[in-house]
Amino acid sequence: MSQALLTVIGEDRPGIVAAVTQALYAADCAIGDASMMRLGGYFTIMQVIDYQRDFGAVESALDPAVKRLNLRVHLDPIPSLPRQQDAADVRVTVYGADHPGIVAGVTEKLASVGFNIIDLESERSGNPDRPIYVMVIQGSAPGGLEQIRSILEPLKASQGIEITVHPVDTVLL
Amino acid sequence: MAVLPILTYPDPRLARAAEPVQHFDDELRQFIADLTETMYAGPGGVGIAAPQVDRLQRIVIVDVRPKLGDACHGLMVLVNPELIAWEGMAVGREGCMSVPDFTGNVIRAERIQVQAQDAEGRDRFYECEGFEARAVQHEMDHLDGLLFLDRLVSRKTDLFRRKQYQPKKK
Repeated sequence: MSQALLTVIGEDRPGIVAAVTQALYAADCAIGDASMMRLGGYFTIMQVIDYQRDFGAVESALDPAVKRLNLRVHLDPIPSLPRQQDAADVRVTVYGADHPGIVAGVTEKLASVGFNIIDLESERSGNPDRPIYVMVIQGSAPGGLEQIRSILEPLKASQGIEITVHPVDTVLL
Repeated sequence: MAVLPILTYPDPRLARAAEPVQHFDDELRQFIADLTETMYAGPGGVGIAAPQVDRLQRIVIVDVRPKLGDACHGLMVLVNPELIAWEGMAVGREGCMSVPDFTGNVIRAERIQVQAQDAEGRDRFYECEGFEARAVQHEMDHLDGLLFLDRLVSRKTDLFRRKQYQPKKK
């Protein structure tokens, strides 16, 4: 069993996920962690797959779907890595009038204290003349929540954005 | 006292609805003691429901002191519990002894009122909020054969949790 990371993008339309996953299933591939979502006018798929046959067989299995739906596909063989153990314990929510540098500014601060981003979702929306940017980041903060609050605080004024930092409580029952 | 074995998904027995408790006898109290010990022995250790140990009775135990200290009701033994009021909604991440190694986002009421009986059959009434309310609702779902997997919401739900404004009436 070998692993690969499969990336698929194409103009959004119904049937992309079905076509791609059916082709993989028929080629004896199994899907692991996956993120599939629409970004802009495009549908994007990133997923870890386990494949049993050779690498070329996976690519050729996808070929009919790629041609029919005009997709772009990228397949990277990857070594199997053990699942990371750190869980998201902090959620950072950011929003404000859209301007370049919001993501760079926030994540630079987070990286400086070893915050590990596990999940980042953002969306540009609102009135096209005055767009707003909304971003939700989840990750693990080795230095704790208060440290994240204090390093992000100066950005509120310098970038003109709202930032809130919440604990991600997992209720284990 | 004994630690009882926990059923784990996809065991179909977890999907069955539990029956009300009718007899409050020593056997019931012994079972509740075992169920409590089983809860404390678990990885989260803050809540358990009788169907998780293959006993189809409406019994839930919650004790969130490991998380909240004394800012809660402590050990709650809820026999035949009923939610009689609830308000507010919050997204929170949950895990379950019956669904090992998986956690996911679930929407629960923020504040609840619960009517129940204790191990002696006496009427009890609790008001819970936040973490404790979430634990009670999670465990009560087991009595109806539901797992938190049945209530999973997308990660994106956080983003769109804002109030829905009603269009102005003309």
